[in-house]
Amino acid sequence: MLNTLSRMLHTGLLTEPLPVPGQAIPPHEAMQKDMLAILGRALCIRHVDAGSCNGCELEIQALGNPYYNLEGAGIKFVASPRHADLLLVTGPVSVNMEEALKRTYDAMPDPKLVIALGDCGACGGVFGKSYASRGSVASVIPVNNTVEGCPPSPTAILGCILQTIRSSAAEA
Amino acid sequence: MLSTDRMEPQSTRLPANMPSSLLRLDREQWLETAQHLRASGASLLTLWGSDDRDRDLGFRIAAAYLLPDTVVVVEHLIAETSAPFYPSIAGLFPAASRMQRAVHDLLGISSGEPDTRNWLRHGGWPETFFPLRRDADGSKQFPVVSEPYPFVAVEGDGVHEISVGPVHAGTIEPGNFRFSVVGEKVLRLEERLGYTHKGVAKLFENLSQQAGHRLAARVSGDSAVAFSWAYCAALEAITDTPCPPRALALRALVLEHERLANHIGDLGALGNDAGFAFGLTHFSRLKEDLLRANSVAFGARYLLDYVIPGGVAVDLAAPALGLLIELYDTLESSVNNLRAIYDNHAGLQDRFREAGRLEQNTAETLGALGLVARASGIACDLRVDHPWSPYNSLAVKMITQAGGDVAARVQVRFDEVLESLRLCRALLAELPAQPIHTPVPTAAPHLLGIGLIEAWRGPVMIALETGRDGGIRRCHAHDPSWQNWPLIDYAILGNIVPDFPLINKSFNLSYSGQDG
Repeated sequence: MLNTLSRMLHTGLLTEPLPVPGQAIPPHEAMQKDMLAILGRALCIRHVDAGSCNGCELEIQALGNPYYNLEGAGIKFVASPRHADLLLVTGPVSVNMEEALKRTYDAMPDPKLVIALGDCGACGGVFGKSYASRGSVASVIPVNNTVEGCPPSPTAILGCILQTIRSSAAEA
Repeated sequence: MLSTDRMEPQSTRLPANMPSSLLRLDREQWLETAQHLRASGASLLTLWGSDDRDRDLGFRIAAAYLLPDTVVVVEHLIAETSAPFYPSIAGLFPAASRMQRAVHDLLGISSGEPDTRNWLRHGGWPETFFPLRRDADGSKQFPVVSEPYPFVAVEGDGVHEISVGPVHAGTIEPGNFRFSVVGEKVLRLEERLGYTHKGVAKLFENLSQQAGHRLAARVSGDSAVAFSWAYCAALEAITDTPCPPRALALRALVLEHERLANHIGDLGALGNDAGFAFGLTHFSRLKEDLLRANSVAFGARYLLDYVIPGGVAVDLAAPALGLLIELYDTLESSVNNLRAIYDNHAGLQDRFREAGRLEQNTAETLGALGLVARASGIACDLRVDHPWSPYNSLAVKMITQAGGDVAARVQVRFDEVLESLRLCRALLAELPAQPIHTPVPTAAPHLLGIGLIEAWRGPVMIALETGRDGGIRRCHAHDPSWQNWPLIDYAILGNIVPDFPLINKSFNLSYSGQDG
C-alpha cells in the first residue's frame, strides 16, 4: 500500500491541456464550461467497431490515459447507446456489422451525433467497398463529422469531438 | 490399402525466412501426413484454399505445420471441381475446424467436417457466392439477409443463456459470446466470430506485390509490424532479395516496441478489469510514453507503414537514440516497481490466481500458440526455436509459466516486457550501418513463399503466391487468434460470468485478425 501511495505521489498530475482547432490552447476549465454551455452536462459517447482492424480502438483507449484524461474533461464512454449523445464509429462497415450498427444508431435518443473515425470510417480506407464491406460509415448511417488518419492520434480524435459539439451547438 | 502407383510426395525447398519445405500430396497422403505430423508433435500453423481452375489444376487446399526444426507446407490439388472435397484434419488438429468452415464460406470446398455452420458468412452475401473463386466479382454488393445461427443448446434445471455482443460494452472489437449458465457459473461458452470480415484475401488479388504490405499491416492493427514484416519476408524470400542488416535490426526493434506497447497496455487493462484502476493509470501512461517515442524515432505512434518491401521506410534519427535509451530505463524501473505492487496486492492476486485456467494438456491438444501457450507451460517462441535474422544473434530467452491461469498470463507479460527491453538495448547497441532499403525486383508468376514472425500474441504467417505482371495471385494472412479463440471456451468453464472480461482480456485475442 505504501508503495502504491508513493508511486502516486511521485507521478503527480500528468494531464495536458485540451486542443481546440484553430485556437490557442485553453485551460481545462474553459473547455468544461463550453461543454456545459453546449450540452448542459457531460458528454456521453458510445463506440462501435463496425469492422475496424483494431488500430483506431487503440487510440480511442489512449484518450483515457492520464495525459489526455478524457473523463476529467467531462467526456465519458458509456456501455449503452440509450445513454449516448454521440456515436463514435470505427472501421469500414463490414456487411456482417451493418445491421448491428444500424440498430445501435436507432437505439440512441435524439438529437444524436455521429463521428466516423479513421480513414476507413471516413472513406473506406484500404478496404473500400466489396462483397464484405460497405465502405464509409456515411454509406450506412448519417454522419456529422470525420477524423482521418490511420489511426488518427488521440489529439485529432479529441479535437474532432469538440469541434462536432461546437458546430451542433451553433446549428441549434 | 496403399497403392503402388500412387504419387510419391516430392519435397521442395520453400522460400521463407526460416527453413521450410513444400510437399505436394494426394488425398490419402493429405490425411496420412496430418496423422504423422500430429504423432510427431507438430503444431498446425494455418490452413487455406485457392482456386486454380483457370490453370486447369482444380482447387487447392494447403496447410502449414510447425516442427521443431522446420516448417512444412503441404498442398493437395482437388481435381473434382463440381463438388470439391478434401478430408478434414480437425479430428487431429481441432483448431482446423473453424479454418475449414471459413474455407468453405470463401471457396465452396468441403471438408466433410460434421459442423457445417457458416463461419465468416453471416448472410451478407448469398450461399451460392464464393468470393475467393476466380470468377467471383469481389466488388459486388449484396443486401444482408439475416440467417439464424444454431448455437449448441445446454438443457437442464435452471440453465439459461446469456448472449453478449456483437456490440460490446467497451471500446473493443465485435463478436458474439453465448454463455449457458446456472446461477453465475458458466457451463458452456460458445463463440461466434466473423463480424469484422472485410474480404482481405480477395482484396490482395487486386494489389501489386509492392503494395501488399500495407493491407497486411491492417489485418490486425495491433500486430501491424509483425504482419507487414511477414509479408515482406515472404516477398523477399521469393525474389531472393537479402534485406539490409540495418533494416532487419530496425524491423526487430519496432517489432519489440509493438510487443512492449501491447503487453504494457494489457497489464494496465488487466489490473483495471480486476478492480485496480491504479494499474491502468500507470501502465497506460507508460504506453503513451512509448508511443510518443515511436513518433519521434520512427515517424508515427503506430507503425503501420514502417516495414516496406526491401527494408524500412524511415531511418532512426541519431537524436532519437538517447531518447530511446532513456525510455528503456524509465520503462524498466517503472515496470519493476509496478510488478512489485501487483505481486503484493492481495485483492488483485485473489482475482488473478485460479481464474480462467487453461491446463497444459488442453492447450497442447487444441494447438495453443504464442503467449497463451507459454503461460500454460508450452515452450514455443519462433524467436527462440526458429530464429530468423536478426534474432539468430540475440539469443532470445524463452519465457514460460506453468499455471495456465490469468496470473500466469500476467507473469509471462511482465517477463516478456523485461526481455524485450533487453533486446531493444542490444539492437540499438550494435545497429549496423546504412542502407535501410534495397529494391525488390518483380517476381515471376506462380511462386509461393511464406513469412513467419513471432508477434506479441504468437506466430503470424503470410503465404504469398505471386501473380502475373507484378501482381498477387493469392495471399493468405493468418493470426494465431484462430488457434487461441477456442481455448477461451475451455478456460472459462467453471468460472463465473463476471470473471469473463478479465479472462478474455488475459488472452486479448484479435477479432479482426481472425475474421480477415
